[in-house]
Amino acid sequence: MSGDFDHVSVVQLGRHYGRRRALTDISFTARAGAIVGLLGSNGAGKSTLLSILGTLLVASTGHVKYGGVTVTEGGPGLRSRIGMLGHDLFLYPELTARENLVFFGRLYGLDGVEGRVATALDHAGLAARGDDPVSSYSRGMRQRVALERALLHGPRLLLLDEPFTGLDQASAAALVGRLRHEQARGVITILATHDLDVVDGLLSEVVFLHGGRRATAATTAGTLRDRYREAMQSA
Amino acid sequence: MSAFLRVAALVVRKDLTVEVRSFEVLSTTLFFAVTVVLIFAFGFVKEGVPLDGVAAAILWIALAFSGTLALGRTFERERQADTLRALMLAPADRPALYAGKLAGILMLMALVEAVLVPMVGLMFQAPVFFAPGHLAALLAAGTLGFAAVGTLFAAMLVRARSRDVLLPVLLYPMTVPVMIAGVRGTAALFQPEADLELAQFWLALLVFFDAVFVTLALWTFEPLMTD
Repeated sequence: MSGDFDHVSVVQLGRHYGRRRALTDISFTARAGAIVGLLGSNGAGKSTLLSILGTLLVASTGHVKYGGVTVTEGGPGLRSRIGMLGHDLFLYPELTARENLVFFGRLYGLDGVEGRVATALDHAGLAARGDDPVSSYSRGMRQRVALERALLHGPRLLLLDEPFTGLDQASAAALVGRLRHEQARGVITILATHDLDVVDGLLSEVVFLHGGRRATAATTAGTLRDRYREAMQSA
Repeated sequence: MSAFLRVAALVVRKDLTVEVRSFEVLSTTLFFAVTVVLIFAFGFVKEGVPLDGVAAAILWIALAFSGTLALGRTFERERQADTLRALMLAPADRPALYAGKLAGILMLMALVEAVLVPMVGLMFQAPVFFAPGHLAALLAAGTLGFAAVGTLFAAMLVRARSRDVLLPVLLYPMTVPVMIAGVRGTAALFQPEADLELAQFWLALLVFFDAVFVTLALWTFEPLMTD
């Protein structure tokens, strides 16, 4: 498929806003099927990193390589292989779930949009309410539609910013199940989250961020929360 | 249909569907524009007789103010669920997204103008139907120039905290040439002996401004939105 890749390499990435450094010298590689967690306190640079990975922001230093190509080389075709779910849900509340998905499906130039949308609504458990406006949905229902929007075009790279926020236990478990399903399909998932207990055991790699820099935990043993605490203390 | 036009048409259709559901931007913009004209009418019409030569300026002031409101509200809608970022993520030419948003704003302002022009004609005894083709062309060209710059700035400022203040501060100085040409061209049509040649001169100038502004906006939209 055009613009496809099997790994993403972040190489000495930096981003500054004027004199404020949001990210400094971040490097890591994520391969097909990896679920990478970006963990850090508020303002650590997680969302900035996701925005750069999503081609929404240009890095000040360093670069990201999607397989062998950079954003400039990949062009719009590269974006057809990236799906993103932001902290806000990227959905129009006045439109129905079906209209939202059809709109984005057509924007991505997908074939058989109606069929894909019907499948996506099934996945979201919203087949019966697909023609209701998104504004009438609960937070969990909106989150499910938003995830389906991000996955509608079958992306290779899935970027999630705080995907568990506002979800109850059952919805969070369903989301974890969906991410494992996508992992089996070879999707590279990079997610920023504060819900350490939910993602413990799900992540194949962890990138701790502190003040825009990468922090490391001395040990790989213990729970994710213990390693997070250790990484933040050593930073 | 080319990919560029297909994407632009999708964005326009989506914007119109959202507007039909909410009726928010059109109603507030129209209400504001009508209010501006009414306030000027209270000040500049004495015993049923308007001051000489004010109709053209009032028409364009109402258009500029209500247009700014429409731009702000349209992009506020894209900001609320961060949907502008979702549009930017799509594998579509980003200038096509700009063109779609611009076309939506133009349609909205055309509806406002359809109400505003007869109202100004009525309140200020302006001969709005003397040369309707010329007036329509001036309004279309002026609105395009104003909205081309406004759409670019409103999109750029969508994540800025003080966007409501910054939009007019940036937009009005940049669109001064459009406003001058629009007012002078319209005034040439509204004077007792309409000067069609002068109106055509200002119209040609507006078309030139449009070409410059639209080209610059299409060229700079992607880098400005990703940096």
